[in-house]
Order: sequence, then C-alpha cells, then structure tokens
Amino acid sequence: MAIVELKDVVKNYGGKGSDAADNAVDSFNLTTKDGEFIVLVGPSGCGKTTTMRMIAGLESISSGSISIDGRDVSQVAPKDRDIAMVFQSYALYPHMSVFENMAFALRLKKIPDAEITSRVQEAAKVLDIAHLLERKPRALSGGQRQRVALGRAIVRQPQVFLMDEPLSNLDAKLRVDTRAEIVKLHRKLGVTTFYVTHDQVEAMTMGQRIVVMLNGKIQQIDTPQRLYEWPANIFVAGFIGTPSMNFLRGRIGVDKRTLTDDHFSLTLTGARGDALATHAGTEAVIGVRPEHLSYLAADDPVNENVLSGIVEVVEPLGSVTMIQVQVGPHRVTAQIESHLTVAMGDAIRLRCRTDKLQVFNATSEQSLLKAPAAA
Amino acid sequence: MKDKSIGDTLLTALAYFVALVMFFPILWMLLTAFKTEQNAFTIDPHFLFVPTLDSFRVALEQGSGYLHYALNSVVSAVVSTLVGLLLAIPAAYAMAFFPTKRTDFTLVWMVSTKFIPAVGVLIPIYLVYKQLGLLDNLAGLTLLFTAMNMPLLVWMVYSYFKDIPKDLVEAADIDGASTLQTMRKVILPLALPGIASAGLLALILAWNESFWSLTMTDHRAATLAVYIASFKSAEGLFWAKMSAASVLTVAPIIVLGWFAQRQMVRGLTFGAVK
Ligand SMILES: Nc1ncnc2c1ncn2[C@@H]1O[C@H](COP(=O)(O)OP(=O)(O)OP(=O)(O)O)[C@@H](O)[C@H]1O
Ligand SMILES: [Mg+2]
Repeated sequence: MAIVELKDVVKNYGGKGSDAADNAVDSFNLTTKDGEFIVLVGPSGCGKTTTMRMIAGLESISSGSISIDGRDVSQVAPKDRDIAMVFQSYALYPHMSVFENMAFALRLKKIPDAEITSRVQEAAKVLDIAHLLERKPRALSGGQRQRVALGRAIVRQPQVFLMDEPLSNLDAKLRVDTRAEIVKLHRKLGVTTFYVTHDQVEAMTMGQRIVVMLNGKIQQIDTPQRLYEWPANIFVAGFIGTPSMNFLRGRIGVDKRTLTDDHFSLTLTGARGDALATHAGTEAVIGVRPEHLSYLAADDPVNENVLSGIVEVVEPLGSVTMIQVQVGPHRVTAQIESHLTVAMGDAIRLRCRTDKLQVFNATSEQSLLKAPAAA
Repeated sequence: MKDKSIGDTLLTALAYFVALVMFFPILWMLLTAFKTEQNAFTIDPHFLFVPTLDSFRVALEQGSGYLHYALNSVVSAVVSTLVGLLLAIPAAYAMAFFPTKRTDFTLVWMVSTKFIPAVGVLIPIYLVYKQLGLLDNLAGLTLLFTAMNMPLLVWMVYSYFKDIPKDLVEAADIDGASTLQTMRKVILPLALPGIASAGLLALILAWNESFWSLTMTDHRAATLAVYIASFKSAEGLFWAKMSAASVLTVAPIIVLGWFAQRQMVRGLTFGAVK
C-alpha cells in the first residue's frame, strides 16, 4: 500500500522538431490516497499507457517527478519500484508453467521455496486457478491467462498495481465478471491500483476516482458520481454515460435564465440559472442526458422546457426504450419507458429535467456550473 | 479446384526437377568416389561399374593427413560459431529490445559488408595477418570465420528476438530480473530453436568455407577444403581421389544436417511464440 504522487509529469517522445504540443502526456498531476483504485480513461492515443509506463519506470519522464510513499522514484529502475503490472497482452512467460510464471519474481528475490509455494498456492486459490498450476500458458483460455497474469502480480505483494486494459481481450460476459472480481480483489488486498481502460462503463464501475484524459491532458479527476453529475467540460460530459449526453447550442437570452434557439427554449432555475445569468447574451451549450428527457403525452398541459420533434429511430432495449428525435437541426436521444408505444415518424414532445442540465461555454467548452465541494 | 490441382502438379514436377538438378552433382561425386581413376576419367559417363574403395584408401592413408585437416575444420567451425554466437546474441538483444535511431542503419551496414567480394579485401587482410603472424594460424582462420559469419548470426538472432513480444522483457524487468537474468531465463529459452539453427548455419558455412582457407593457410592450419584441393595435381588422374576426399568432407556436415533438420525447420519457421 502506498501513496503515489505524480507532479507535473510530462512525456514527450521527442520526434523531429517536437514541442510541447506533441506531448504524449502533459503536466499530469495526481496524488492518490493510500490503497485507492484509480482508473485512467480516455479515447485511444490520449496517453493512458504512456502514463502507466512512466509510473512503472518502463518509460522515462521528460519532466516532473513521480514518488511512491514519499520516495522519489523518477530515476529508479522498474525492478526497484516495488510495483507489479498486468499487461494487456498478459505477457506470461510462454515456456514456464503457471506456477513458475507466478513464482518468477519471488525466485529472483531468493525467497525460500516453501514460502514461494505457499504464496503461489494461496494466490491461485483466491483466483480459482489452483488446478492449472502445472499448465503452460498456451494451454489456457483467455480468461484463465488473464487470471494468471493477475496472480503473478498479487503474489508479489507490491506497493502498487498497474493494469493496462487487462480485460480488453476477454469477451463481454467474462469482462463483466472479471471486472467485479478485480474490484473484490482490490477491496481485499487494499493495494493502490492504477487501472487503464478506454471503456467508460468499466471506469465508472471500478474506479474510486477516475482520471479522464484527452490528448495527453487531464480533463477531470473525480469520483464516478461527480463525473456524471458535474462534468468539467463538454468532452467529459459526452464521454461519461451511455448513451451519450445530448448537446444543444443556443443563445442565453436577455432574461438571463433562458437558453433559446429557433427550436427550443429552456429556462433554468436555482444555481444553474445563476450560472447562466452571468453569461447573458453569449452562446452556450446545454447538455442533457437521455435519461433526463421524458415522454410527454400529447394532451399534457405542460409546455415549459419541452423539446418537440419527430421520432427518427426507436430502439427497444427491454427495460427501457431509446429513441432518437429530430428537434429542428438537433438530433436528440431520449430514454423512455418501455411500455410507451412510439413509432418512427411520430411527432413527440419530450420534457427536460432542468435541474440536471449542464451548461457549457460555447467556445471554451468548459462548464459554467460550479460543482459543490467534494465530500 | 481443377485448375489448382493442375497447377499443383506442375509445381511438384518443377520442384522435383530443380531438386534433381541440384542433387545431381552430389550424386555424381558420390559415384565417382567409388570408381577407379580410369573409369572416372572416361568421356562417356558410366552409371554402372564395379565399385572400388581404392580412392578412399588413398584419401585416408597415413600420409594424406585427413585427420589433421578434419580436426582443423572442426575446431575452426565450432569455435568460430560459438564465439560468433557469444558476440551476436548480446548485439541482437540490444538491437531488438532497445533499438535506437541508428539500429536499422547498423543492421543494414552489417549485411552490406557481405556485399564486398572476399577477394576485394584479401590484400589488406593478408597483409595485416602477415604482420600479426596469423598466416597459417588456426586462431587467425577462426577469427576470419567468426567475422565472416557475424552479420548472418546477428541478423538471424535479431529476427528471432524480434518475434518475442517486448512485453515479456518488460514483465521480467518489473518482476525484478536483471538484464542477464532476463536473457538467461526468458529470452534464451524462447529463442533457443532459432539460435540453434542460426548456429548450425554458421557452422555449415564455416565448414564449407574454402576461399580464406586456401589463401590464408598452408598446412598447419589448413582445413578440409585445402585437403580436397591438394588432390588436384598438374598431371595424372585425380577425379576419383578428389571425389572421395570431397565425400569424406561433406559427409560429417550432411550427417549433422540430417540429425538437425527438424531443429533447423523449427528454427527457420520460428515466430510462433505469443
Ligand atoms: N514509443 C513511442 N514513440 C513515439 N510516440 C509514442 C510512443 N508510444 C506512444 N506514443 C504516442 O503517444 C501518444 C499516447 O499513446 P498511448 O499509448 O499512451 O495512448 P493510450 O491512451 O494508451 O491509447 P490506447 O487506448 O490506444 O492504448 C500517442 O499519440 C502515441 O502515438
Ligand atoms: Mg494503451
């Protein structure tokens, strides 16, 4: 267990004439809590793996510093950082049995045989691979390999776990199961863990705190709930949550609390209205999640904060139905109750829950809302 | 389907033809070795004849020095291969797993040295060897063989290493292995079939080498290539004796190749790590 601190960490792979704009990772700042489960998430190429490899020491850092429990490890070799890593490819040693794969690091540390055996067996029991110890990796299924890779990391009893998309080679169901298993394992061992994924569902379900990255830059570091409720900018808002948040661009009216364009008019109240008011007369982007739009019967008298349009796509998912509605030039996704019968081409009215709306500056794309202080 | 099978038949026939063309000189050498000199010299080729071991007797008799030459061949081939591997493996390791901007260039440069015909560098090497007293010296010849095979060894071992996922090296690194430990416990076991076939190829090339053996040695350090050539005399008949000597020279390497062929095929088609 340990506190990991990254201070202004920068990585530039230094191609020809590269400058700060080419930084694969740019001024990365993060201090973990002891035993925290941190998830790094973001689209492909945003620098997740690079960050991970810098923590592991497999990649040098261009500037900044990394420390583990107060010890600056920026210049320390990977083997002396007391970390264990689970590779996306698992990187099991093909010529060694499962047992030897897991024992490898312990043997190098000259730990007595008896202790190695007991540690490997204990880890194997936890991961339910005790019956596979004599097999070679090639005789294992993907899921089993994945667990061996985890086992190899946990027998080490390291200060920090690093996992780079460890589930991406598994099928969907196994991924969900293993996800839960890793979380359980983490709660049990309490080792500070960095977990990379580009799957936001994985991030939301596993992370105690999530680092959302884009183009090498941290967009937001927060708990899953706060990322969902208080996204810092349009990118985070669109990245977190499925289906994605809807964005509507409009002008903040003179009454200061209404955002309008030719096809809708939304009036905000409370803190959200106040935030809008300070930017009266400018363009803003409203973000509304599909689950915050609800079906309005044609004869319902409500006509405030309503989006009207034509249903273009209907996707029944069983428990709920996803519909896409064309509101003027805007395509809006809404989640409605599955018992409602809606057909393509229908005219429909959707009511917007204004207390859940997000408001972003149209040019900077930053949120105009002030998130309450973290608990 | 039909077209393909016709194509297949043609290809098979072609393969047999090529194999026959390539094999014929060896067959002829083998036949000639069992002929009398008169028989070997006739213009119209004889496939049927009464075989004799006379030529072998001459080739192996006391004064011929077969064992002396054979020992030189064994020592120079084996030692040059071992030394070559000892140097090539770390070089290939560095280039495969820790490439720099100049790695590609270095690799190309290494093979490019093989573009130069050996005669092109004969004079300078001869002079240097003369100064160093390495002419007709087994160590000198071994050194030449080592240098001669180095590009091949580095290239082959490099390509086998390249097939090993870099993740494995990194995993070992994180697991606490030093470079030497990573090499010994992870990389070498995985690349062993490849390294063995590279070594075998180097061994064969060194064994078969004749240019340097003939030019840089006289008798003391001379190898079997020199021994074969010694049967060529200005007058008299020597075809049968020379064939017998050749058979005695290629036999060990063919036997070795035969035993190692599975290993060889495995090594040359290496790449199924994962
Ligand atoms: N060895 C390297 N040399 C040069 N550039 C690199 C190297 N490794 C990564 N990069 C670049 O750094 C950036 C970040 O890459 P990184 O692998 O960290 O992304 P990632 O977030 O892990 O993406 P993915 O989800 O696809 O794995 C990319 O633009 C990539 O092209
Ligand atoms: Mg990655």
